[in-house]
Amino acid sequence: MKWDISQMSEWTYKDFPPAAVIPEAGNSHYYITGGWRSERPVRSDEKCTQCLLCWIVCPDTSVMVADEKVVDFDLDHCKGCGICAQVCPVDAIDMVPEGCDLPGVK
Amino acid sequence: MPEHKTLAATGNSVVAEAMRQCKPDVVAAYPITPQTTIVEEFAAFVAKGKTHCEYVTVESEHSAMSACIGASAAGARVMTATASQGLALMWEELYIASGMRLPIVMANANRALSAPINIHCDHSDIMGARDAGWVTLFAETAQEAYDNTIMSVRIAEHPDVLLPVMSCLDGFITTHSIDRVSVMDDESIAGFVGDYEPQNALLDTDNPVAHGNFSGLGGPYFEFKKQQREAIENSRAVIKSVGEEYSALSGRPFDVIETWGMEDAEVAVVVIGSTAGNARTVARHLRADGKKVGVVKVRVWRPFPYAEIAAALKGLKAVAVLDRSESFGAEGGPLFLEVRSALYDLAERVPVVNYIYGLGGSDVKLELIEQVFTDLADIAAGAAAPAGLVYLGAREEA
Ligand code: SF4
Ligand code: SF4
Repeated sequence: MKWDISQMSEWTYKDFPPAAVIPEAGNSHYYITGGWRSERPVRSDEKCTQCLLCWIVCPDTSVMVADEKVVDFDLDHCKGCGICAQVCPVDAIDMVPEGCDLPGVK
Repeated sequence: MPEHKTLAATGNSVVAEAMRQCKPDVVAAYPITPQTTIVEEFAAFVAKGKTHCEYVTVESEHSAMSACIGASAAGARVMTATASQGLALMWEELYIASGMRLPIVMANANRALSAPINIHCDHSDIMGARDAGWVTLFAETAQEAYDNTIMSVRIAEHPDVLLPVMSCLDGFITTHSIDRVSVMDDESIAGFVGDYEPQNALLDTDNPVAHGNFSGLGGPYFEFKKQQREAIENSRAVIKSVGEEYSALSGRPFDVIETWGMEDAEVAVVVIGSTAGNARTVARHLRADGKKVGVVKVRVWRPFPYAEIAAALKGLKAVAVLDRSESFGAEGGPLFLEVRSALYDLAERVPVVNYIYGLGGSDVKLELIEQVFTDLADIAAGAAAPAGLVYLGAREEA
Protein backbone atom coordinates (compact mmCIF):
# COMPACT_ATOMS: atom_id res chain seq x y z
CA MET A 1 0.00 0.00 0.00
CA LYS A 2 1.08 3.61 -0.68
CA TRP A 3 0.35 4.82 2.83
CA ASP A 4 2.57 3.10 5.37
CA ILE A 5 0.65 2.77 8.61
CA SER A 6 2.76 -0.02 10.07
CA GLN A 7 4.09 2.28 12.82
CA MET A 8 0.76 4.01 13.48
CA SER A 9 0.62 2.98 17.12
CA GLU A 10 3.79 5.04 17.63
CA TRP A 11 2.59 8.14 15.76
CA THR A 12 2.23 11.47 17.55
CA TYR A 13 -0.42 14.03 16.60
CA LYS A 14 2.02 15.49 14.08
CA ASP A 15 2.24 12.25 12.09
CA PHE A 16 -1.47 11.79 11.40
CA PRO A 17 -2.90 13.37 8.26
CA PRO A 18 -4.98 16.36 9.46
CA ALA A 19 -8.68 15.91 10.04
CA ALA A 20 -8.52 12.09 10.05
CA VAL A 21 -8.39 12.15 6.25
CA ILE A 22 -7.31 8.82 4.81
CA PRO A 23 -5.00 9.69 1.90
CA GLU A 24 -5.42 6.40 0.07
CA ALA A 25 -8.49 4.90 -1.54
CA GLY A 26 -9.72 1.34 -1.09
CA ASN A 27 -7.70 0.58 1.99
CA SER A 28 -10.56 -0.89 4.02
CA HIS A 29 -9.26 -4.14 2.53
CA TYR A 30 -6.39 -3.88 5.00
CA TYR A 31 -8.69 -3.53 7.98
CA ILE A 32 -9.24 -7.06 9.26
CA THR A 33 -12.75 -7.13 10.69
CA GLY A 34 -13.42 -10.87 10.70
CA GLY A 35 -12.80 -10.91 14.45
CA TRP A 36 -16.27 -9.44 15.02
CA ARG A 37 -17.71 -12.82 13.96
CA SER A 38 -19.18 -15.28 16.44
CA GLU A 39 -20.22 -17.87 13.85
CA ARG A 40 -18.48 -18.84 10.65
CA PRO A 41 -20.12 -20.06 7.42
CA VAL A 42 -19.08 -23.51 6.21
CA ARG A 43 -20.22 -24.58 2.74
CA SER A 44 -20.74 -28.14 1.54
CA ASP A 45 -19.41 -28.50 -2.02
CA GLU A 46 -21.54 -31.61 -2.46
CA LYS A 47 -24.85 -29.91 -1.68
CA CYS A 48 -24.04 -26.58 -3.37
CA THR A 49 -25.65 -26.07 -6.79
CA GLN A 50 -23.61 -22.92 -7.55
CA CYS A 51 -26.71 -20.75 -7.87
CA LEU A 52 -24.59 -17.80 -6.53
CA LEU A 53 -27.43 -16.43 -4.40
CA CYS A 54 -25.09 -16.23 -1.39
CA TRP A 55 -22.60 -14.22 -3.43
CA ILE A 56 -25.35 -11.76 -4.39
CA VAL A 57 -26.67 -11.20 -0.87
CA CYS A 58 -23.49 -11.13 1.22
CA PRO A 59 -23.34 -7.56 2.64
CA ASP A 60 -19.58 -7.82 3.13
CA THR A 61 -18.64 -9.17 -0.31
CA SER A 62 -17.08 -12.07 1.57
CA VAL A 63 -18.31 -14.91 -0.65
CA MET A 64 -15.34 -15.52 -2.94
CA VAL A 65 -16.00 -16.54 -6.49
CA ALA A 66 -13.63 -17.79 -9.20
CA ASP A 67 -14.71 -18.79 -12.71
CA GLU A 68 -18.35 -18.12 -11.75
CA LYS A 69 -18.20 -20.63 -8.92
CA VAL A 70 -18.24 -20.13 -5.14
CA VAL A 71 -14.82 -21.27 -3.91
CA ASP A 72 -14.44 -19.91 -0.38
CA PHE A 73 -15.35 -17.27 2.21
CA ASP A 74 -13.13 -14.27 2.92
CA LEU A 75 -12.85 -14.87 6.65
CA ASP A 76 -10.74 -11.74 7.15
CA HIS A 77 -13.90 -9.72 6.48
CA CYS A 78 -16.95 -12.04 6.85
CA LYS A 79 -18.97 -10.86 9.90
CA GLY A 80 -20.79 -14.15 10.33
CA CYS A 81 -24.20 -12.56 9.81
CA GLY A 82 -25.59 -15.82 8.42
CA ILE A 83 -27.52 -14.26 5.56
CA CYS A 84 -25.80 -16.58 3.08
CA ALA A 85 -26.91 -19.60 5.11
CA GLN A 86 -30.47 -18.23 5.37
CA VAL A 87 -30.91 -17.72 1.63
CA CYS A 88 -29.21 -20.86 0.37
CA PRO A 89 -32.03 -22.83 -1.32
CA VAL A 90 -30.38 -26.18 -0.66
CA ASP A 91 -29.08 -25.55 2.87
CA ALA A 92 -25.51 -25.96 1.72
CA ILE A 93 -24.17 -23.47 4.28
CA ASP A 94 -23.90 -24.19 8.01
CA MET A 95 -23.08 -21.56 10.61
CA VAL A 96 -20.66 -23.06 13.13
CA PRO A 97 -19.53 -21.45 16.39
CA GLU A 98 -16.32 -19.47 16.06
CA GLY A 99 -13.29 -19.74 18.29
CA CYS A 100 -10.76 -16.89 18.41
CA ASP A 101 -8.22 -18.88 16.49
CA LEU A 102 -7.71 -16.77 13.36
CA PRO A 103 -4.21 -15.37 12.85
CA GLY A 104 -3.99 -11.59 12.46
CA VAL A 105 -7.50 -10.99 13.76
CA LYS A 106 -7.85 -8.18 16.30
CA MET B 1 -4.20 50.74 -4.54
CA PRO B 2 -7.85 49.83 -4.01
CA GLU B 3 -10.71 52.08 -4.93
CA HIS B 4 -12.81 52.95 -1.88
CA LYS B 5 -16.48 53.72 -2.07
CA THR B 6 -18.54 55.01 0.84
CA LEU B 7 -22.04 53.61 1.21
CA ALA B 8 -24.97 54.08 3.51
CA ALA B 9 -25.75 50.44 4.17
CA THR B 10 -26.80 47.92 6.81
CA GLY B 11 -24.39 45.42 8.32
CA ASN B 12 -26.18 42.55 6.58
CA SER B 13 -26.00 44.28 3.24
CA VAL B 14 -22.22 44.75 3.40
CA VAL B 15 -21.72 41.19 4.64
CA ALA B 16 -23.57 40.00 1.52
CA GLU B 17 -21.40 42.35 -0.56
CA ALA B 18 -18.22 41.01 1.06
CA MET B 19 -19.39 37.44 0.39
CA ARG B 20 -19.92 38.26 -3.28
CA GLN B 21 -16.45 39.80 -3.45
CA CYS B 22 -14.86 36.71 -1.84
CA LYS B 23 -16.37 34.53 -4.61
CA PRO B 24 -17.55 31.44 -2.76
CA ASP B 25 -18.14 28.37 -4.97
CA VAL B 26 -21.00 27.18 -2.77
CA VAL B 27 -23.37 28.90 -0.35
CA ALA B 28 -25.94 26.72 1.43
CA ALA B 29 -28.17 28.71 3.73
CA TYR B 30 -31.51 28.96 5.46
CA PRO B 31 -33.02 32.32 6.34
CA ILE B 32 -33.52 33.31 9.97
CA THR B 33 -34.09 36.69 11.60
CA PRO B 34 -31.98 38.82 11.89
CA GLN B 35 -29.64 37.16 9.38
CA THR B 36 -32.20 36.78 6.58
CA THR B 37 -31.20 39.77 4.50
CA ILE B 38 -27.63 38.48 4.18
CA VAL B 39 -28.69 35.33 2.35
CA GLU B 40 -31.52 37.18 0.60
CA GLU B 41 -29.17 39.77 -0.88
CA PHE B 42 -26.58 37.15 -1.71
CA ALA B 43 -29.26 35.03 -3.44
CA ALA B 44 -30.14 38.10 -5.49
CA PHE B 45 -26.49 38.42 -6.60
CA VAL B 46 -26.58 34.80 -7.76
CA ALA B 47 -29.95 35.20 -9.50
CA LYS B 48 -28.74 38.31 -11.34
CA GLY B 49 -25.53 36.60 -12.43
CA LYS B 50 -23.37 38.95 -10.36
CA THR B 51 -21.45 36.03 -8.93
CA HIS B 52 -20.84 32.48 -10.05
CA CYS B 53 -21.91 30.36 -7.13
CA GLU B 54 -23.87 27.19 -6.43
CA TYR B 55 -26.56 28.50 -4.11
CA VAL B 56 -28.24 25.66 -2.23
CA THR B 57 -31.63 26.38 -0.68
CA VAL B 58 -31.97 23.83 2.08
CA GLU B 59 -34.82 22.97 4.44
CA SER B 60 -33.07 23.83 7.72
CA GLU B 61 -29.85 25.10 9.24
CA HIS B 62 -28.92 21.53 10.09
CA SER B 63 -28.98 20.81 6.37
CA ALA B 64 -27.32 24.13 5.54
CA MET B 65 -24.21 23.33 7.54
CA SER B 66 -24.29 19.70 6.36
CA ALA B 67 -24.30 20.87 2.74
CA CYS B 68 -21.50 23.33 3.52
CA ILE B 69 -19.43 20.53 5.05
CA GLY B 70 -19.95 18.29 2.02
CA ALA B 71 -19.12 21.07 -0.40
CA SER B 72 -16.04 22.11 1.56
CA ALA B 73 -14.77 18.53 1.74
CA ALA B 74 -15.32 18.34 -2.01
CA GLY B 75 -12.89 21.25 -2.38
CA ALA B 76 -15.14 24.30 -2.74
CA ARG B 77 -14.80 27.71 -1.07
CA VAL B 78 -17.92 27.74 1.09
CA MET B 79 -19.72 30.50 2.95
CA THR B 80 -23.02 30.77 4.79
CA ALA B 81 -24.82 32.78 7.46
CA THR B 82 -27.13 32.07 10.37
CA ALA B 83 -28.39 33.32 13.74
CA SER B 84 -29.79 32.18 17.06
CA GLN B 85 -31.95 29.04 16.81
CA GLY B 86 -30.37 28.42 13.41
CA LEU B 87 -26.91 28.29 14.94
CA ALA B 88 -28.30 26.06 17.69
CA LEU B 89 -29.75 23.70 15.08
CA MET B 90 -26.30 23.53 13.43
CA TRP B 91 -24.79 22.45 16.73
CA GLU B 92 -23.50 19.00 15.80
CA GLU B 93 -22.30 20.16 12.38
CA LEU B 94 -20.26 22.98 13.91
CA TYR B 95 -18.04 20.40 15.59
CA ILE B 96 -17.90 18.29 12.44
CA ALA B 97 -16.81 21.28 10.34
CA SER B 98 -13.95 22.11 12.70
CA GLY B 99 -13.01 18.48 13.33
CA MET B 100 -12.81 17.89 9.56
CA ARG B 101 -10.72 21.08 9.35
CA LEU B 102 -12.95 22.67 6.73
CA PRO B 103 -12.36 26.40 6.13
CA ILE B 104 -16.04 27.38 5.96
CA VAL B 105 -16.80 31.06 6.65
CA MET B 106 -20.09 31.88 8.33
CA ALA B 107 -21.67 35.13 9.44
CA ASN B 108 -23.71 34.96 12.64
CA ALA B 109 -26.23 37.69 13.41
CA ASN B 110 -26.20 37.49 17.22
CA ARG B 111 -29.65 36.92 18.63
CA ALA B 112 -31.15 35.61 21.86
CA LEU B 113 -32.19 31.98 22.24
CA SER B 114 -35.71 30.83 23.15
CA ALA B 115 -37.53 30.56 25.54
CA PRO B 116 -39.23 32.96 25.80
CA ILE B 117 -39.14 33.64 22.09
CA ASN B 118 -37.12 36.73 21.33
CA ILE B 119 -35.62 37.87 18.04
CA HIS B 120 -33.33 40.60 19.36
CA CYS B 121 -29.66 40.90 20.10
CA ASP B 122 -27.62 39.10 22.64
CA HIS B 123 -24.66 36.76 22.44
CA SER B 124 -26.26 33.57 23.79
CA ASP B 125 -26.16 31.89 20.38
CA ILE B 126 -22.44 32.21 19.71
CA MET B 127 -21.43 31.76 23.36
CA GLY B 128 -23.20 28.40 23.30
CA ALA B 129 -20.97 27.46 20.38
CA ARG B 130 -17.80 28.88 21.87
CA ASP B 131 -16.17 25.46 22.34
CA ALA B 132 -17.03 24.19 18.84
CA GLY B 133 -13.54 24.87 17.50
CA TRP B 134 -14.38 27.78 15.22
CA VAL B 135 -12.18 30.86 15.02
CA THR B 136 -14.61 33.61 16.04
CA LEU B 137 -14.49 37.31 15.22
CA PHE B 138 -16.85 40.02 16.48
CA ALA B 139 -17.83 43.23 14.74
CA GLU B 140 -18.82 46.41 16.52
CA THR B 141 -20.04 48.15 13.37
CA ALA B 142 -21.17 47.37 9.83
CA GLN B 143 -17.69 48.40 8.70
CA GLU B 144 -16.07 45.81 10.93
CA ALA B 145 -18.59 43.20 9.76
CA TYR B 146 -17.50 43.87 6.16
CA ASP B 147 -13.81 43.80 7.06
CA ASN B 148 -14.08 40.71 9.29
CA THR B 149 -15.89 38.73 6.58
CA ILE B 150 -13.09 39.31 4.09
CA MET B 151 -10.32 38.58 6.58
CA SER B 152 -12.15 35.42 7.71
CA VAL B 153 -11.63 33.79 4.31
CA ARG B 154 -7.86 34.27 4.47
CA ILE B 155 -7.66 33.10 8.10
CA ALA B 156 -9.79 30.00 7.48
CA GLU B 157 -7.94 28.91 4.35
CA HIS B 158 -4.42 29.49 5.69
CA PRO B 159 -2.57 26.14 5.55
CA ASP B 160 -1.45 26.52 9.18
CA VAL B 161 -5.07 26.97 10.29
CA LEU B 162 -7.66 25.23 8.07
CA LEU B 163 -10.49 25.86 10.48
CA PRO B 164 -13.97 27.30 10.02
CA VAL B 165 -14.37 30.96 10.96
CA MET B 166 -17.45 32.64 12.37
CA SER B 167 -17.88 36.35 11.86
CA CYS B 168 -20.40 37.76 14.34
CA LEU B 169 -22.39 40.97 14.19
CA ASP B 170 -25.06 42.15 16.62
CA GLY B 171 -28.60 41.36 15.55
CA PHE B 172 -30.62 44.42 14.45
CA ILE B 173 -28.19 46.89 16.05
CA THR B 174 -25.50 46.12 13.48
CA THR B 175 -27.35 43.90 11.02
CA HIS B 176 -30.23 46.30 10.30
CA SER B 177 -29.12 49.83 11.17
CA ILE B 178 -27.92 51.91 8.26
CA ASP B 179 -24.34 52.82 8.84
CA ARG B 180 -21.56 54.57 6.95
CA VAL B 181 -19.40 51.87 5.37
CA SER B 182 -16.39 52.07 3.10
CA VAL B 183 -16.13 49.16 0.67
CA MET B 184 -13.34 48.33 -1.76
CA ASP B 185 -13.45 47.37 -5.42
CA ASP B 186 -13.96 43.74 -6.46
CA GLU B 187 -10.51 43.31 -7.93
CA SER B 188 -8.71 44.40 -4.78
CA ILE B 189 -10.74 42.01 -2.64
CA ALA B 190 -10.27 39.15 -5.12
CA GLY B 191 -6.52 39.85 -5.04
CA PHE B 192 -6.51 39.94 -1.25
CA VAL B 193 -8.41 36.68 -0.68
CA GLY B 194 -6.78 34.88 -3.63
CA ASP B 195 -7.86 31.53 -5.05
CA TYR B 196 -8.64 28.68 -2.73
CA GLU B 197 -6.39 25.68 -3.16
CA PRO B 198 -8.03 22.89 -1.20
CA GLN B 199 -6.06 20.10 0.41
CA ASN B 200 -7.55 16.60 0.16
CA ALA B 201 -10.48 17.63 -2.06
CA LEU B 202 -12.95 14.79 -2.61
CA LEU B 203 -13.39 15.92 -6.22
CA ASP B 204 -9.67 15.50 -6.91
CA THR B 205 -10.20 12.06 -8.44
CA ASP B 206 -6.49 11.63 -9.21
CA ASN B 207 -5.81 11.62 -5.49
CA PRO B 208 -8.74 9.81 -3.90
CA VAL B 209 -9.15 10.36 -0.16
CA ALA B 210 -11.71 9.49 2.49
CA HIS B 211 -13.14 12.19 4.81
CA GLY B 212 -15.11 11.89 8.03
CA ASN B 213 -13.53 8.66 9.18
CA PHE B 214 -14.01 6.66 12.32
CA SER B 215 -11.49 6.97 15.11
CA GLY B 216 -12.94 5.06 17.99
CA LEU B 217 -11.70 3.26 21.06
CA GLY B 218 -7.96 2.79 20.87
CA GLY B 219 -7.82 5.03 17.80
CA PRO B 220 -6.09 8.41 17.59
CA TYR B 221 -9.15 10.61 18.36
CA PHE B 222 -7.13 12.24 21.12
CA GLU B 223 -4.30 13.05 18.68
CA PHE B 224 -6.74 14.67 16.22
CA LYS B 225 -8.04 16.94 18.99
CA LYS B 226 -4.45 17.96 19.75
CA GLN B 227 -4.05 18.82 16.06
CA GLN B 228 -7.12 21.06 16.35
CA ARG B 229 -5.67 22.80 19.40
CA GLU B 230 -2.44 23.40 17.48
CA ALA B 231 -4.39 24.76 14.49
CA ILE B 232 -6.33 27.31 16.55
CA GLU B 233 -3.14 28.34 18.37
CA ASN B 234 -1.52 28.80 14.94
CA SER B 235 -4.39 31.07 14.00
CA ARG B 236 -3.16 33.71 16.50
CA ALA B 237 -0.18 34.62 14.31
CA VAL B 238 -2.21 34.20 11.12
CA ILE B 239 -4.95 36.55 12.36
CA LYS B 240 -2.33 39.18 13.20
CA SER B 241 -0.57 38.94 9.83
CA VAL B 242 -3.81 38.82 7.81
CA GLY B 243 -5.03 41.78 9.88
CA GLU B 244 -1.88 43.75 9.15
CA GLU B 245 -2.12 43.04 5.44
CA TYR B 246 -5.78 43.99 5.40
CA SER B 247 -5.09 47.17 7.35
CA ALA B 248 -2.53 48.19 4.75
CA LEU B 249 -5.13 47.62 2.03
CA SER B 250 -8.12 49.20 3.76
CA GLY B 251 -6.40 51.94 5.74
CA ARG B 252 -8.30 50.84 8.84
CA PRO B 253 -6.55 49.52 11.95
CA PHE B 254 -7.11 45.96 13.13
CA ASP B 255 -6.07 44.10 16.25
CA VAL B 256 -7.43 41.22 18.28
CA ILE B 257 -8.44 43.71 20.96
CA GLU B 258 -9.06 47.42 20.55
CA THR B 259 -8.17 49.72 23.42
CA TRP B 260 -9.43 53.22 24.11
CA GLY B 261 -7.89 55.43 26.78
CA MET B 262 -5.85 52.57 28.20
CA GLU B 263 -2.54 54.46 28.22
CA ASP B 264 -3.31 55.97 31.64
CA ALA B 265 -6.69 54.46 32.59
CA GLU B 266 -7.25 53.51 36.23
CA VAL B 267 -10.49 51.63 35.60
CA ALA B 268 -11.84 50.00 32.44
CA VAL B 269 -14.76 48.24 30.88
CA VAL B 270 -14.25 45.10 28.74
CA VAL B 271 -16.93 44.56 26.13
CA ILE B 272 -17.72 42.71 22.90
CA GLY B 273 -19.68 43.92 19.89
CA SER B 274 -21.82 46.99 19.32
CA THR B 275 -21.94 48.06 22.99
CA ALA B 276 -18.26 49.05 22.69
CA GLY B 277 -19.49 52.22 20.99
CA ASN B 278 -21.80 53.05 23.91
CA ALA B 279 -18.97 52.38 26.35
CA ARG B 280 -16.56 54.68 24.48
CA THR B 281 -19.17 57.43 24.32
CA VAL B 282 -19.64 57.33 28.09
CA ALA B 283 -15.89 57.05 28.65
CA ARG B 284 -15.30 60.11 26.47
CA HIS B 285 -17.73 62.17 28.61
CA LEU B 286 -16.06 60.95 31.80
CA ARG B 287 -12.62 61.77 30.39
CA ALA B 288 -13.84 65.31 29.75
CA ASP B 289 -14.52 65.45 33.51
CA GLY B 290 -10.97 64.28 34.18
CA LYS B 291 -11.84 60.66 35.06
CA LYS B 292 -9.17 58.18 33.99
CA VAL B 293 -11.37 55.57 32.32
CA GLY B 294 -10.74 53.19 29.45
CA VAL B 295 -12.50 50.68 27.22
CA VAL B 296 -11.20 47.35 25.92
CA LYS B 297 -13.09 45.80 23.04
CA VAL B 298 -12.56 42.14 22.19
CA ARG B 299 -12.63 41.70 18.41
CA VAL B 300 -11.29 38.14 18.27
CA TRP B 301 -13.14 35.89 20.69
CA ARG B 302 -11.60 32.55 19.65
CA PRO B 303 -8.72 32.08 20.04
CA PHE B 304 -9.17 34.28 23.13
CA PRO B 305 -6.49 37.01 23.31
CA TYR B 306 -5.59 36.37 26.95
CA ALA B 307 -2.04 37.77 26.71
CA GLU B 308 -3.27 41.00 25.11
CA ILE B 309 -6.07 41.32 27.68
CA ALA B 310 -3.64 40.82 30.57
CA ALA B 311 -1.26 43.41 29.12
CA ALA B 312 -4.06 45.94 28.63
CA LEU B 313 -5.60 45.54 32.10
CA LYS B 314 -2.40 45.12 34.13
CA GLY B 315 -2.14 47.49 37.09
CA LEU B 316 -5.74 48.75 36.90
CA LYS B 317 -7.64 49.55 40.08
CA ALA B 318 -10.89 47.96 38.88
CA VAL B 319 -12.24 46.28 35.76
CA ALA B 320 -15.84 45.60 34.72
CA VAL B 321 -16.66 42.87 32.21
CA LEU B 322 -19.92 43.30 30.31
CA ASP B 323 -21.49 40.03 29.21
CA ARG B 324 -24.36 39.96 26.75
CA SER B 325 -25.10 36.30 27.55
CA GLU B 326 -25.57 34.10 30.58
CA SER B 327 -23.69 31.02 31.62
CA PHE B 328 -26.27 29.90 34.14
CA GLY B 329 -24.71 28.57 37.27
CA ALA B 330 -21.21 29.68 36.37
CA GLU B 331 -19.47 32.36 38.38
CA GLY B 332 -20.14 34.87 35.63
CA GLY B 333 -20.78 35.33 31.93
CA PRO B 334 -18.47 33.74 29.33
CA LEU B 335 -16.39 36.90 28.77
CA PHE B 336 -15.97 37.42 32.52
CA LEU B 337 -14.64 33.89 32.96
CA GLU B 338 -12.07 34.42 30.20
CA VAL B 339 -10.97 37.86 31.33
CA ARG B 340 -10.58 36.95 34.97
CA SER B 341 -8.64 33.84 34.00
CA ALA B 342 -6.39 35.94 31.74
CA LEU B 343 -5.57 38.16 34.73
CA TYR B 344 -4.83 35.32 37.14
CA ASP B 345 -1.13 35.08 36.29
CA LEU B 346 -0.49 38.76 36.99
CA ALA B 347 1.59 39.35 40.12
CA GLU B 348 -0.78 42.05 41.31
CA ARG B 349 -4.48 41.25 41.61
CA VAL B 350 -6.89 43.34 39.54
CA PRO B 351 -10.44 43.45 40.97
CA VAL B 352 -12.89 42.30 38.28
CA VAL B 353 -16.66 42.63 38.42
CA ASN B 354 -19.24 41.17 36.08
CA TYR B 355 -22.38 42.71 34.60
CA ILE B 356 -24.93 40.81 32.54
CA TYR B 357 -26.64 43.27 30.21
CA GLY B 358 -28.78 43.62 27.12
CA LEU B 359 -30.23 40.10 27.04
CA GLY B 360 -32.88 39.70 24.35
CA GLY B 361 -32.10 43.18 23.05
CA SER B 362 -32.96 44.95 26.29
CA ASP B 363 -31.87 48.53 25.92
CA VAL B 364 -28.25 49.40 26.70
CA LYS B 365 -28.77 52.97 27.86
CA LEU B 366 -25.79 55.23 28.38
CA GLU B 367 -26.86 55.71 32.02
CA LEU B 368 -26.35 52.00 32.60
CA ILE B 369 -22.77 52.13 31.33
CA GLU B 370 -22.28 55.25 33.43
CA GLN B 371 -23.48 53.30 36.46
CA VAL B 372 -20.79 50.68 35.73
CA PHE B 373 -18.07 53.34 35.61
CA THR B 374 -19.41 54.83 38.87
CA ASP B 375 -19.21 51.40 40.52
CA LEU B 376 -15.65 51.04 39.22
CA ALA B 377 -14.67 54.43 40.64
CA ASP B 378 -16.10 53.36 44.02
CA ILE B 379 -14.19 50.07 43.97
CA ALA B 380 -11.00 51.92 42.96
CA ALA B 381 -11.57 54.22 45.95
CA GLY B 382 -11.80 51.22 48.27
CA ALA B 383 -15.52 50.36 48.32
CA ALA B 384 -16.52 46.70 48.30
CA ALA B 385 -17.19 45.22 44.86
CA PRO B 386 -20.75 43.99 44.25
CA ALA B 387 -21.03 40.39 45.46
CA GLY B 388 -21.60 38.15 42.44
CA LEU B 389 -22.73 39.23 39.04
CA VAL B 390 -25.04 42.18 38.48
CA TYR B 391 -28.00 42.18 36.07
CA LEU B 392 -27.40 45.66 34.74
CA GLY B 393 -30.64 47.64 34.55
CA ALA B 394 -32.90 44.82 35.77
CA ARG B 395 -35.96 45.97 37.72
CA GLU B 396 -35.28 45.64 41.43
CA GLU B 397 -37.67 45.08 44.30
CA ALA B 398 -38.58 48.33 46.00
S1 SF4 C 1 -21.96 -14.97 7.04
FE1 SF4 C 1 -22.64 -12.98 6.27
S2 SF4 C 1 -20.73 -11.91 5.93
FE2 SF4 C 1 -20.17 -14.03 6.10
S3 SF4 C 1 -20.18 -14.80 4.03
FE3 SF4 C 1 -22.22 -15.20 4.85
S4 SF4 C 1 -23.41 -13.43 4.24
FE4 SF4 C 1 -21.27 -12.87 4.00
S1 SF4 D 1 -26.62 -20.08 -2.11
FE1 SF4 D 1 -26.13 -22.17 -1.58
S2 SF4 D 1 -26.35 -23.32 -3.42
FE2 SF4 D 1 -26.26 -21.18 -4.02
S3 SF4 D 1 -24.11 -20.86 -4.42
FE3 SF4 D 1 -24.40 -20.29 -2.31
S4 SF4 D 1 -23.96 -22.17 -1.17
FE4 SF4 D 1 -24.22 -22.75 -3.28
